[in-house]
Amino acid sequence: MTNQRFLLAAGLIVLALIGPFFVYPVFLMTALCFALFACAFNLLLGYAGLMSFGHAMFFGMGGYLFGYVVKTVGLPPEVGLLAGVGTAALLGLATGVLAIRRQGIYFAMITLAFAQMVYFICVQAPFTGGEDGLQGIPRRPLLGGLIQITDDRTLYYVVLAIFLFGFAAINRFINSPFGQVLKAIRDNEQRALSLGYEADRYKLLAFVLSASLAGLAGATKAMVLQFATLTDVSAGMSGEVVLMALVGGLGTILGPVLGAFIIVAMQNYLASFGEFVLVIQGAIFVVIVMAFRKGLVGEIGDWWRGRRKAS
Amino acid sequence: MLDIFSIPLPALFGQLLLGLINGAFYAMLSLGLAVIFGMLNVINFTHGAMYMLGAFAAWLMLTNLSIPFWASLVLAPLIVGLFGIVIERLLLKRIYHLDHLYGFLLTFGLALVIEGLFQWRWGSSGAPYPAPIPGGYNLGFMFMPAYRGFVVVAALVICLATWYGIERTRLGAYLRAATENPTLVRAFGINVPRLITLTYGLGVALAALAGVLAAPIQQVSALMGSNLVLVVFAVVVIGGMGSIMGSIVTGFGLGLIEGLTKVVYPPASNTVIFVVMAIVLMVKPAGLFGQSK
Repeated sequence: MTNQRFLLAAGLIVLALIGPFFVYPVFLMTALCFALFACAFNLLLGYAGLMSFGHAMFFGMGGYLFGYVVKTVGLPPEVGLLAGVGTAALLGLATGVLAIRRQGIYFAMITLAFAQMVYFICVQAPFTGGEDGLQGIPRRPLLGGLIQITDDRTLYYVVLAIFLFGFAAINRFINSPFGQVLKAIRDNEQRALSLGYEADRYKLLAFVLSASLAGLAGATKAMVLQFATLTDVSAGMSGEVVLMALVGGLGTILGPVLGAFIIVAMQNYLASFGEFVLVIQGAIFVVIVMAFRKGLVGEIGDWWRGRRKAS
Repeated sequence: MLDIFSIPLPALFGQLLLGLINGAFYAMLSLGLAVIFGMLNVINFTHGAMYMLGAFAAWLMLTNLSIPFWASLVLAPLIVGLFGIVIERLLLKRIYHLDHLYGFLLTFGLALVIEGLFQWRWGSSGAPYPAPIPGGYNLGFMFMPAYRGFVVVAALVICLATWYGIERTRLGAYLRAATENPTLVRAFGINVPRLITLTYGLGVALAALAGVLAAPIQQVSALMGSNLVLVVFAVVVIGGMGSIMGSIVTGFGLGLIEGLTKVVYPPASNTVIFVVMAIVLMVKPAGLFGQSK
C-alpha cells in the first residue's frame, strides 16, 4: 500500500513538473490556485465538519489585498501575498468567532451571510475598484529581483511551490495531534468536550487556518491573472469551491485537487456556452448529491478496496 | 418644512414604506423557509428561485395569455407550488435521512439550474410589469402609491393567515406534531409523507406569491431572487426558526431597519442586516425567537 502511494505521489510530481511543457501554463496555474482553495475548504468540512458557504470572502479579499499592495502601493509580490494571507486570517478570525456559535446548517447560512456582507463592502469600498475591480496588476520580480515572473513558465514553478507549501501544511495539520482532536470533535462534539477539549478553540483555529490558505490561493490567483474582481468574492464563488471539493470527494486528500482541475477545465472548454455553464454546474451538484456523495476519489477508492478484497 | 435631524419627512416616510415592503417579502420568504425546515429538515436554497418563478409565471401569463394580475395572484403560486411538489417527490424525498448539508447543496444546485435556464432564455435585464392598481393617495406627510399600500396590507394578511393556519387549525396541529415527532404522528394513522410534500408545496407557493406581489414593484428578472435569498438567510438566523410569529416580526422589523438606514446613512443600507446578525449572534446566538439547541 505504501509502495503504491509512493508511486502515485512520484507520478503526480513528475506530471506537475513537466506539465507546463504540454499544457497552457496559465490554465495550470489557475487550476492550482483553485486546487489550494478547494483543499483549504476541504480542511474545514472534511476534517472539522464545518461547512462554510462563504469561503469566497477569504479568496476574494486575498486577491484584492494582493492587487492593492502590489499595484496601488507598489510593493513587491511577497508583501502582497503576505498581506492577502494576513487579511484573510483576520477576516477568518472575526467571522469565525461569531459563526462557530451556531452549528450545522446555521453555520453555513451565517458564513454565507457574512460573505455577502463582504461582497457589498467590496462593491462600495474605494480600494477594490468597485465594478471594474483591480486590473493590470504588475508582475514584479520576486525575492528582490532574483526571480523574474513575467514569463509564464517561471511563474508556474513559483505557483507550484506555493501550492505544495499549502498542500503540505494542510496534510501536516490533519495528521498532527491537533488534527486528531479536530476529527474527534467532528465525530462527537459532546464526547470531545467531556474529555476536556475546548471544541470551540479547535474549530476556530481550523477556521482561521482554512481562511488564511484560501486567502493565499486568492492572492496567488491575482498574481497569475493580474486582476482581482467582484466575481471572486461573490456567493457564486463560494458555491464553486464547494462543488470542487464535492466532485473530487469530501474528506479525501487528493479529491479537492482533482475536483478543482475538472471544474476549471470545464469552465475553460465550456466558456462559449455563457450562462449555460451555471446550469451545468447546478446539474452536477444535483447528480452528485443524489448519486455520488463520496465524489470521484471516494468512489474510486471504494472500488479499488472492493476489488482488492475480492481477489 | 417639517423635518427630523434635517431629514425631510416625506423622504423618511418614503423610505420607511419601502422598508416595510421589503420587510413584507423577508417575512413571507423566511416564514416559508422556517416551515419547510421544520418539516423537511432542509434549508431550501431554491426559495429565491421560487420567488423568481412566481414573478415570471405572472409576467408570462400576462404577456402571452393576457391573464390579469388578480388571477395570477392565485394561479402563479399554484403552478409553482405544484412544481415544488414534483421536486420534493423526485429529489428531496430521497435525502431526508442524510445530513442537512446535502439538502442545502441539492437545493443550491437546483437554484443554479432554474436561475441559469431563465437567464439563458430571457437574459439578465428585467422586464417591467404594469402596476395593477394605478394612482395613489396624498397622505399629507407623503405620497402613497396605491399598489404599494396594497402590498403591505396583503403581505400582512397572508402572514397572519399562515400563522393562524399553523397555530390554530387541525391541519396545523398535525403539522406541528409531525415536526416534533413524525414517527408517533404516523402511528396515529396520519400520512406524514403526504404532509411533508404538502408543506413543501405550501412553503414554495408562499415564496411564489411574494414573487407575484413583487413583480409590479421590481423588474421581473432571472436573478431577482438570488440576492434576496441570501438576505433572507440572515433574517432567519436573526429571528431563529423556532416561531412563526417570530419570523413575521423579524422580517418586517429588519425591513424597517433597512429603510431607516437608507435615510440616515445610505452606504450601509446593504450591509445593515448582516451587522444586526453579527450583533444578535454575540448577544443571543440562538436567534431572537429561537430555542437554544
